[in-house]
Amino acid sequence: MRQAKLLRRVVLLGLLAVLLSIAIGAAQPGQEYVAPAETTLKAVAQQFFGNEGYWTGVMGATNRKHIQDPSFILIENPELPIKAGAKLWIPTKAWADRFMWVCYPDSRVFPQCLFGGGQLVVASWWTAGGEAEGLAALFEIYKEEAPDVQVVNATIAGGAGFAFRAVIKPRIIAGNPPDTFQLHAGLEVEGYEPEKYLKPLDDLYALEGWDKVFPKDLLELLLYKGHYWGVPVNIHRSNVLWYNKEIFARYGLTPPATWADFFAIADTLKAQGIAPIVLGNAGGWEAPHAFEGILAGTCGATKYKGLWTGAVPWTDSCVTDALNVLKRILDYVNPDYAALTWDTVLEYLKAGTGAMNIMGDWAMGWFMAKGVDIGWAPPPGTKGIYVALSDSFSFPIAAPNAANVPIWLAVCGSKEGQIAFNMRKGSIPARTDITPEEKAKFNPYLQSAMDDWARDAIVPSVIHGAAAVESWVTDFKDVINLFLAAKDVKDAQDKLVRAAQAALK
Amino acid sequence: MLRVGRRFRGERLISVLLFLPSVVLVGLFVYGFIGWTGLVSLSNWNKLSPDYTLVGFRNYLELFGHFRFQIDMRNLAVFTALFVATSLLLGFLLAILLDQRIRGEGFFRTIYLYPMSLSFVVTGVVWRWLLNPGSPQMGSAGINQLLERLGLGSLKSGWYTDPKIGIIAVAIAAIWQMSGYVMALYLAGLRSVPEELREAARVDGASELQIYRHVVLPFLRPITLGAVIILGHISLKVYDLVVAMTGPGTGFSCDVPAYFMWESAFHANRFARGGAIAVVLLVMVSLLIVPYLIYSLRREARV
Amino acid sequence: MTAIRRPSGVRILIYFVLVGFAVFYLIPVYVLVVTGLKSFEEASPFRMWELPSNPSLEAFRKALFGGFGFEGIGANLRNSLMITIPAVLGSALLGSLNGYVLTKWRFRGANTLFTLMLFGMFIPYQSVLIPLVQTLMKLGLYGSIPGLILTHIVYGIPITTLIFRNYYATIPTELVEAAKVDGAGILGIYRRVILPLSWPGFVVVMIWQFTSIWNDFLFAVTIAQDPLVQPVTVALNNLAGSFIVEWNVQMAGALLAALPTLLVYIFLGRYFMRGLLAGSLKG
Repeated sequence: MRQAKLLRRVVLLGLLAVLLSIAIGAAQPGQEYVAPAETTLKAVAQQFFGNEGYWTGVMGATNRKHIQDPSFILIENPELPIKAGAKLWIPTKAWADRFMWVCYPDSRVFPQCLFGGGQLVVASWWTAGGEAEGLAALFEIYKEEAPDVQVVNATIAGGAGFAFRAVIKPRIIAGNPPDTFQLHAGLEVEGYEPEKYLKPLDDLYALEGWDKVFPKDLLELLLYKGHYWGVPVNIHRSNVLWYNKEIFARYGLTPPATWADFFAIADTLKAQGIAPIVLGNAGGWEAPHAFEGILAGTCGATKYKGLWTGAVPWTDSCVTDALNVLKRILDYVNPDYAALTWDTVLEYLKAGTGAMNIMGDWAMGWFMAKGVDIGWAPPPGTKGIYVALSDSFSFPIAAPNAANVPIWLAVCGSKEGQIAFNMRKGSIPARTDITPEEKAKFNPYLQSAMDDWARDAIVPSVIHGAAAVESWVTDFKDVINLFLAAKDVKDAQDKLVRAAQAALK
Repeated sequence: MLRVGRRFRGERLISVLLFLPSVVLVGLFVYGFIGWTGLVSLSNWNKLSPDYTLVGFRNYLELFGHFRFQIDMRNLAVFTALFVATSLLLGFLLAILLDQRIRGEGFFRTIYLYPMSLSFVVTGVVWRWLLNPGSPQMGSAGINQLLERLGLGSLKSGWYTDPKIGIIAVAIAAIWQMSGYVMALYLAGLRSVPEELREAARVDGASELQIYRHVVLPFLRPITLGAVIILGHISLKVYDLVVAMTGPGTGFSCDVPAYFMWESAFHANRFARGGAIAVVLLVMVSLLIVPYLIYSLRREARV
Repeated sequence: MTAIRRPSGVRILIYFVLVGFAVFYLIPVYVLVVTGLKSFEEASPFRMWELPSNPSLEAFRKALFGGFGFEGIGANLRNSLMITIPAVLGSALLGSLNGYVLTKWRFRGANTLFTLMLFGMFIPYQSVLIPLVQTLMKLGLYGSIPGLILTHIVYGIPITTLIFRNYYATIPTELVEAAKVDGAGILGIYRRVILPLSWPGFVVVMIWQFTSIWNDFLFAVTIAQDPLVQPVTVALNNLAGSFIVEWNVQMAGALLAALPTLLVYIFLGRYFMRGLLAGSLKG
């Protein structure tokens, strides 16, 4: 009687233990497996995945383990039998599926797939500060997932990615690309001829379930010629009006909601000898950047988007209004703006000699580094509009270490990766499934940006590669830079109309 | 010339073989590539990978109608005129002054000429800083501050940030770099004037000024021509200085065709337009250089 | 040669003007040196003319070896050397051989070829950039130091040939004739007669080529932008204009980038001048 009871308990406990281990096993990256008798790779695959075809995954995973821990066997020939007592590593189904997305028997990189090791060359223009720290955090996570791979950080500084693109493009056509490279999400990808040089990531999106965790507007932006070409790691906001809180408090001002408010404030401040709004345009993109924010405000989200798809003609009066606003702003800016870059001009706000500036939210990193307690608001007319840009990573077809890329892309899109990266970079995760506890790790500005991201209408930034193909961006930039000197609204609008016609034909 | 004996037939062949690699390399890299660029300029290559579909002179027509190119050509004309004329005048002035049996001539010469040994990038970096105007809110900076302190505040300027004179600021830096070179050329020319000629003129009772006008200046004429050619072709090609110093500037007030070419081809994937700009540059330089090359070699052949 | 006495007032004026221009030419160096010696707090465009209160070489160290968030230009100086030295030697050697053939072994059509070659000295390199990039890609040399070396050698040939041709024209042809009578061949004469007499030509050519290749930006920015291979001019241009890098470090970097050619100029100025004059196609 007692024995039976004991037996029942033991069986129950045993069952529980099995269930528990299954549960844990599913959550863990994989499991050890010691062959009890002589077997074959395909048999093992059949046993764990119900599919012989998964032998590649078992072989690749085991050989990778072997590099770290020689007690795992090295499988050199998949055809040979596996001896009894040999230790193998069985990856999770998710790992195996991701692996086999690139590592199939006809693949160019199949040998590297099976034996692991090698490098992962990551090319970006994140060379300094929080950006570099965020990238390093992504590398840490990657190394945990793929300890056999040596990560090579190939950065190219200069000009917000301009120098970078000039280096990467010829390398891509020369058939010598990095394994993965930074790319603004959106139409910037057109400049890389993705149909020819990049690998579509649709299957990976499905495997990782990204089509469910990235917001719909972003997914729309990522789609070019019907495919995904990059994995977004972050979201930046382009339209932010930064203001010196102390000056606003001193004159009893509040951030302007309309351009009429703005110019009233500007007159007050100008009379006090303060530069009401400051601009730094030494890079040639900063004034066009401010203009895209103005344009989003005067046109509203739907019409602004329509300008870039051809649904709204550039002859629309909201374009005229935006140009008139910019023209008027030029009466209030610092005269030396051609000598200052987007960041050096922020010294005005720090010194209290300038009151406002329109710049993307990477400026927050500058203010924090310099210890400036800065105020922020959407520029007039853009409350509820989030002009967004996103950095993503791509997968060149000719990537020399293609076998090591899927895990990298998975890290970029993962929650863990996005939180670690964005906390340091000063941007927000592209994913929408961030919990309140996770959100609390971000600084107050970023928390407010996350609220807006979830709530606002999302429209693409043009200057940062989201809204238009690169040649159109160049034309747009050129027209605005001409306008700064010529101040001819009609002429500028005509030129914008022609640029749109050329790009959309 | 050497007589060609039988034994030297083989030598003749070797001499051709010695010269051949250079001829082939230059032929390919200069003439071959120029032809290739010409082809690109007539093509429809507007994406990353080459596309040699010919479209006739469409790229040129579009280019000549492009506002940025028109501004660039205007800038280039202003820059060239200012740079060449001022460098010549300044170089000539310094050479004449240094020719007056100056104590410490070598010292002055070294100082006037050293900018020539620097890269345009270094020049650009320094002059960007020197000509940073500052603002009423932050105070004057650089040269403007110096002028203020010297009581010359009325000479303050926006320099390269002022769209009306942007390109002039770039020219100032270029003149700083190249005027010493002109000085060196003229000085060498002045030194080659035979002292007997001057002496003879003096005996005839000519004043120093007259000697310069009637004896020395004719000697310097070919040097002036050479200097105009050298400065002119440097000016037409100017690129590094603009990149390092100002970029295209407000309203493209500092932009030049060479900059537009690089940006078109290597940033915007508009290789066809880049090729067209390159051909225009080449034609301009050739108009200057080819007659000069022919002239120089004819002269040499005569001597 | 009797010195003409001028009124001393005029001479004082001349010296005054000469000194005034000397100051103008030296202003940028003053700013480079003074700012490079300053601390981060002191280095500002608004305090450009003041002397450093506490001179230190810290900015130079940082410019060379990097600091938080940026790489120093030390590695780029090394790249510049690795590009410049082989390119200078290669183009000088080819120029010397060409000059030798053109003056002592002239064959039919050689002069025409030379004239055509000279044109390559003046072309705007923009007119060859696109094909150059394509060709280097096909050769697998794009974005590499050897690619840049090849480029500099090829486009250096016209000027080095010109200088050597002018120089060898001054070596008496009788020397060559005499060696021939002794039974020496074309290569033997080059090695035993011409080469030993060539060193002044080599010095002039090498100084000229060193200066122009070291200072090159256009070729470098087009085919060697990768940070691993980029020479110092490109690195300097990226350094200046990056907000992470302070002004004192930028100025120190500019000075370091300028130093090699500046030293060559100061110590070998005489030959530098000769190169300049030769470069102007002595008319």
